Formats: sequence, structure tokens, C-alpha cells
Amino acid sequence: MSLDPTLREDPAEPHFLWLVLSNRSFLIGAAVTLAVAAMALLSFVWTPHDITNLVVADRLQGLSWSHPLGTDHLGRDILSMIMIGARNSIAVAIVAVVIGMGVGVPLGAWAAARGGWLDDVLMRFNDLVFAFPALLSAIMITAIFGPGAVNAIIAIGIFNVPVFARVARAGALSIWPREFILAARAAGKSRTLITIEHILPNITALLLVQGTIQFALGILAEAGLSYLGLGAQPPMPSWGRMLFEAQTRMIVAPHLAIFPGLAIVVTVLGLNLLGDGLRDLLDPRLRRQR
Amino acid sequence: MTAYLAKRLATGLATLLVASVVVFCVLEIMPGDPALLMLGMNAEPEALATLREQMGLNQPVVLRYLDWVCGMAVGDFGRSYTYSTPVHDLIGERILVSLPLAILSLILSTAIAIPVGIFAAARRGRPADTVTMGVAQVGVAIPNFWFALLLIYLFAVWLQLVPAGGFPGWSAGLWAGLKALILPAVALALPQAAILARVTRSAMLEVLGEDYIRTARAKGMPRRVVLWHHALRNAMIPVLTILGLQFAFLLAGTIIIENVFYLPGLGRLVFQAITQRDLIVVEGVVMLLVAAVVAVNILVDIGYAIVDPRLRTRR
Repeated sequence: MSLDPTLREDPAEPHFLWLVLSNRSFLIGAAVTLAVAAMALLSFVWTPHDITNLVVADRLQGLSWSHPLGTDHLGRDILSMIMIGARNSIAVAIVAVVIGMGVGVPLGAWAAARGGWLDDVLMRFNDLVFAFPALLSAIMITAIFGPGAVNAIIAIGIFNVPVFARVARAGALSIWPREFILAARAAGKSRTLITIEHILPNITALLLVQGTIQFALGILAEAGLSYLGLGAQPPMPSWGRMLFEAQTRMIVAPHLAIFPGLAIVVTVLGLNLLGDGLRDLLDPRLRRQR
Repeated sequence: MTAYLAKRLATGLATLLVASVVVFCVLEIMPGDPALLMLGMNAEPEALATLREQMGLNQPVVLRYLDWVCGMAVGDFGRSYTYSTPVHDLIGERILVSLPLAILSLILSTAIAIPVGIFAAARRGRPADTVTMGVAQVGVAIPNFWFALLLIYLFAVWLQLVPAGGFPGWSAGLWAGLKALILPAVALALPQAAILARVTRSAMLEVLGEDYIRTARAKGMPRRVVLWHHALRNAMIPVLTILGLQFAFLLAGTIIIENVFYLPGLGRLVFQAITQRDLIVVEGVVMLLVAAVVAVNILVDIGYAIVDPRLRTRR
């Protein structure tokens, strides 16, 4: 019996590091994501201006050396607000991804390992959650428990659960029929142990890619919720809320609406590029197609 | 096919039933007493008690649930606490804004995305492909409400071509109504079109690599015919899936967009009803939206069968 050709090391396959360095999506995405994260971290120790200090005399200023992105209706520095707002966006989206992975991946892996009625029930439950327009349910959740960053996290996190459950299940189902799993079962390992030792490490790449996608969607969802006044509450600045406050003042100060929106676009774009790049790097099947 | 359809309808109904239990339970635990909210904080205890009795709030939970579900089954959604009108009248009035908006944006996004996706796939790797997909990549990252703000600034404030918000009602004429919906529809449609264009492109690329495409080209079929006839039909399945998902997203997206443009649609109705604790309105609208999503999913499945004859006989 000959060796499975896909297992053979391809001599023409370039070194992984070279692949990383030649993947434009990954490089740009990683750079943008790191820059946004660095900006959020920097805001803990330094911002150009103190945003708790309201200087009403300086309100609605245009771009200047002292206020590179202008000031808002309370005289707060827009750049400083965007920097601090990044914290909020990133924190909400990350925790929502962690919730989605923490609940969804075990559920999906469990469904794949057990199969049968349990699989059916879990997947029907997934379909049910998908039948609720996500934003509508997020609005209901935040309305019931009150607006705020924590409830926004929960609302977005709940909608990450079925996504990760589905991806984990599909990934796990493709690994289960493989020979090395059969070998592990022949060696007497339990389904749980096989899932932990063999299935999960093999679907990490899939989950990582989905994680960056959900991260990006989480940032968009958080912006939408805080635009509606259901996200982080003032005085904590958030990008969505800045856009809401800009709307009525757009005629006199259009810059108020431009920069928080650009911050969202750049962050989401960076994450999406990072996700695309990761997928290309981690899925050798796709790499060969190019 | 009939058996398949019957099975799909049955699972759809079951989903709706479970959804109704979930919606009812969730809103049951929502804080705030509707009777107290209607009469105000200083209401007489006797008046409150009578109103609760009238609204049926004193009945057991199970009875109230059955009452609500059976009512909806015959088209009676109950009476709004704050508007004091039947909920189905409210919905009937608001749906005349939301449905045209959702359909308009769905048509717009499909009409843009599918040709762009095919165009890019046909020019894979060339500058035209790189540029369109770069634009699509940015489009995916744009939040629709921010895009809406930019559109308002450009077309309503600066060029003054269309109103910045509000809805004159269809009684003001078809054109006036459409004019009020065009910016919201574009704002909803373009970010969705970006996603759909990417999906169309990758589905087309997958199909274009198949043997039968090469055969069709080898036997002298014009490129155009192969692309639009042979490839597109086979690439439609993933495109349809995303279209179905997007309709649900568009319905929900109307909540934010209707708030941006002050449109009196379902999204604004449900948003206001939640803040006013008008439970019966929230329940009615949420169930209607869930029903719409379920119905669209069934339609998508029927669409699969139309596109792919193999699916008609299977199962």
C-alpha cells in the first residue's frame, strides 16, 4: 500500500516563513490590527487631551495642530475619544468571541463526537437561534437587562455561539473518519479524550479564522448597538455613540461623523484582511489552488 | 418534491412554535409593569388592579401564552398598550415602509453584486479583479449606518437631491415615497452587495475550474454563453444561501437604518415599543420578523431545487 500522496512533503513547497512574508493580506491585516490594539493600549497611559475635562469654549473645532481630528460638541478632543473608544470596541468584540468559542466549540465538538439525536437537537437549536435576526435579539437583550457594555457583550456573544458550534461541528466531522482517529479509537481512547487530544488541535486553524471574522462582526455590531444608545454608556466614549452624536451636528461639523466611522472601517478591514491571510496560510489546500 | 416541501413546512412551523415560546418567556422576565407604565407612577392601586384585570395580566402564564399564540394564528396580535390600537393595524401601517425598503435593497444589492462577482471571476488575477475585490473588501467593513450618514451628508445636505429623513407616506405619491426610501435602500444594500459580490466571485471560480466548463469551451461554445449559462447556474447555490441569510440581515438592518432616517417602519416601531415596555407590540413584531426569516429560508430551499434538478428527486 502506497503512502497517501497528500501526506508527502512537497519539495516545491516554499518555507512557511516565506509564505507568511509574501502574504499581503496577512501582513497588512496584522499591521492594522496591531496598530489599533496599540492605540487602545496607549490610551491607558496617554491621550493627546484629557477627555474628562470639558472645554466648551473649544467646541466643534475643525482640524488643527492641537486637535488633529477636531473637537466635539463638548470641546472634547476627537482623536483622544477615538483612542479610548477603541478599548471599548476591542473589549466587547473579544469577550463576545471568547463567549461564542467557549460555549459553541464544546457544543459543536460534542455534537460531532456523539452524533445521533443529540446532534439533531443541537443543530435544530442552532437553526432556531439563526432564525432570530441577530440585531433584533441584541436589542431585546439590552432592553431587558438595561443598556451597557456588559449586556452588549452578552448579546453579541450569544450570537457567536451557534456560529462557532457550526464551524466546530463541520470541522470535527471531517476529522473523525481519518485513519489516525481510528488508530486512537483502536488504542481504546474515549471519544472525549480523542476530541481533546486529536480533534481540537486539528480544527484550531478553522476556529482561528472564524474568530477573526466574528471579531470584525462584533466590532460592527457593537458600533450599531451603541449608535442606538444600547452599548457603552457616557461618559465612556464609543465609536457608535460618537456617530450618533455627530448626526444632528453634521451640517456644522461633518468631521464629527467622518473619523469615528473611519476608525470602524479601518479596524474591521484590518481584521478581515488578517482573517483572509490566516485562511490562506493555514489551509494548505487553498494555498495550492492559487 | 411534495414530500420534501411538506417536511420543510413542518420544520418551519415547529421553529415558529419554539420561537414563540422563547419570545414569550424572554419578555415575561422583562422588568417593568405595563399597567404601571400606562397609568404613571402615582396611579391609584384600585385603578391599577382593574387595568391589570382588563389587560389579562392576572391570568396564569400558560393561559396568556395560549391566548396570544391562538390569537396570532387567526391574525389577531392583541392591542398595543401605548397606542391603544390593535397591533395588526400598527404592523400593517409600518410594514408598508419596511417591506418596500427591504425588497428595494435586496434588488439593489443583487443587481450590483452578481454582475460584479461574475465580472471579477472572469478576469481572475487581472487588475480589474484586484480593484473590484479591493473595493468589495472595504465595502464589507463599512457599517451601514455610517454609510447612511455619509449619504445623507452628500445627497441631502450638500446636493439637496433627496430628503434627509422622514417618510411622506405612499398617499403623497409613488415618487415621493420612493424618493424617501432611496437613500436608506442604498445604505442597506451596498455593504450587503460587497459580501454578495465576494461570494459570487468565489462560487464562480470554483465552477469555472470544473471539467464540463473546459469541455464546453473546447467544443467551441462562446465564452459569454459558458459564463452566463453553464457556470452561473451552477454557482447559484452558495449565492442563494447568502441571499437568504442577507434577507434576515436586511430586515434587522432596517432597525438601525429606520432610526437613522426617521422612517416609520417596523424597526422603529419595535425599537420604540421596547423602550416603552409595550410588550405585546414587541412580541408581535418579533414573531413577524422570525416568520419572515423562516419563510425566506423555505423559499431558498425551493430555489435550490429549481437551480439544481438533482435536489428535486433526492430525499
